[in-house]
Amino acid sequence: MPGSTANSPVSTPSADDQPFVELVDAHKSYGSVQALKGVSLTVNPGELVAMLGPNGAGKTTAISLMTGLRKPTSGSARLFGLAPTDIRARGRMGVMLQESGVPLSLRVREIVDLFRTYYPRPLPTARVLEIASISDLGGKLISQLSGGQKQRVYFALAVCGDPDMLFLDEPTVGLDVASRRAFWEQVRTLVGGGKGIVLTTHYLEEADALATRVVVVDHGVKVAEGSPAAIKDRVPGKKVSFTTAGPLKDADFRDLAIQNLSIHDSSVELLTNEPEAVLKALFERGTEIHDLEVVGAGLEDAVLSLTEGRG
Amino acid sequence: MKTAPLLPMIAAQTRAEFLKLWRLPAFSVTSIALPAVFYLFIGLQQGRYSSVNIHTYILASLAAYAAVNVSLFSFGISVAVERGERMDALMRATPLRPIAYLIGKVATAIAFAFVALIALYVVAYILGRVLLPIDQYANLTARLLIGMIPFIAMGFSVGYLFGPRAALPVINLIYLPMAFASGIFFPVQVLPDFIQKIAPYLPMYHYGRLAWNAVGVSEDNLFQSVLWLAGYLVLFTALTTWAAQREERRRFS
Repeated sequence: MPGSTANSPVSTPSADDQPFVELVDAHKSYGSVQALKGVSLTVNPGELVAMLGPNGAGKTTAISLMTGLRKPTSGSARLFGLAPTDIRARGRMGVMLQESGVPLSLRVREIVDLFRTYYPRPLPTARVLEIASISDLGGKLISQLSGGQKQRVYFALAVCGDPDMLFLDEPTVGLDVASRRAFWEQVRTLVGGGKGIVLTTHYLEEADALATRVVVVDHGVKVAEGSPAAIKDRVPGKKVSFTTAGPLKDADFRDLAIQNLSIHDSSVELLTNEPEAVLKALFERGTEIHDLEVVGAGLEDAVLSLTEGRG
Repeated sequence: MKTAPLLPMIAAQTRAEFLKLWRLPAFSVTSIALPAVFYLFIGLQQGRYSSVNIHTYILASLAAYAAVNVSLFSFGISVAVERGERMDALMRATPLRPIAYLIGKVATAIAFAFVALIALYVVAYILGRVLLPIDQYANLTARLLIGMIPFIAMGFSVGYLFGPRAALPVINLIYLPMAFASGIFFPVQVLPDFIQKIAPYLPMYHYGRLAWNAVGVSEDNLFQSVLWLAGYLVLFTALTTWAAQREERRRFS
């Protein structure tokens, strides 16, 4: 696109007043299964919204509504103020789906060149390959690529039209640590250029590294929304587990900064942000502790703590 | 908000479709080599059929066979595979216009059929010394390439109705008996009575008549055959539309 400078690798979206994406009270049922139960989400230019949640939370369904691959059972989805299926809206979005195929007998450069013709203002092929870190793979057949390399091809196809809005469904699955970091770097550049991005992930770390806003989804509803820092504050970072000589009662943990306490006979599990203080207090109360383990809390634990008491 | 120009999209789509099939030996070899091999088996008999040499008659038969082969297999298999690999979901999320997708596939099938016909003409010349007048080659080729469109629609409906694993056997089950009963391998007149009764209802029989006539066999009421093919085009287009809408409801609504 004319007007791109050497410093801004991709074009800056035109300044619209309206949000790029608006999902309003979206419900989605597949037969008797309710995948989404009233989710609202707005994405503005320059925002990266990370949708965080366990498998089956409804993240992919939310993406498919925003991209027009599925229609909401009730509620609405708008993309650039248009129906997401509108060809003009699709010309400004890019998408990376989970488990979507590409023609195995095409070369990387051929499929990128093909997808570029779908868009009104595509990026140069060399630039696309560079963004996706596959400049050296252009001549390879897709069938010769590893899973991680294919994942990068999908990213290339998502960005080749220089979209204003990107939807990335689990984009770093199958990437090794180094590729994941490189990918994050590219995504940060895109957001810096004023694009909007929705990204789904299992990894709290990934949401934390990239997002301007985090939306936690579970069982088809939004259970929390806020800046990564705000979400992390609400999520206990450590899981503490141990066994005790004698049975403990809830009362033994009174006044401690803990969540999700579970006691089964002599084994105890809890979440906390201050494992040292909690353990110190327990020792001072004379609790006898064996088999102590302190690990980083996983996403499942985090979502559990956010959903606790929600009914 | 502008949209991408249509012509470059169609050109790129056609090119990609062609490369995809060309690099699939299961498709490119069978669609080009198989008719030539069949020619080797049945095309070298001596004698005359109707007013033409048997070599020539069988050339026209196998030319029809080759074109339908491409129509059914390229569409049936590739559409089913795309659905199976969820490639269609990704394409749906792009601003690719359905018309560009459709034209790309149809043009690819016609181009492939053209290559298969030329290969067959060459083999028939080398093995059977069959050399038609140039206007007969042109007439035969044009009739077959235009007349294959109902079979493209047929392949399309199979691709939408069946999964990637089932599409191939289903097409084989339909195609070989249909070709046989339509008089492609042996003239209808020498086939059993009940098949002679079925033949006039088969699209390939009418397609074959267009081909035989193009090389000099006299065929009555050729226009009726054109109508039959047009009718089958309508039927298979309706079936494809129905199957595509069923798919839409299941996977994209």
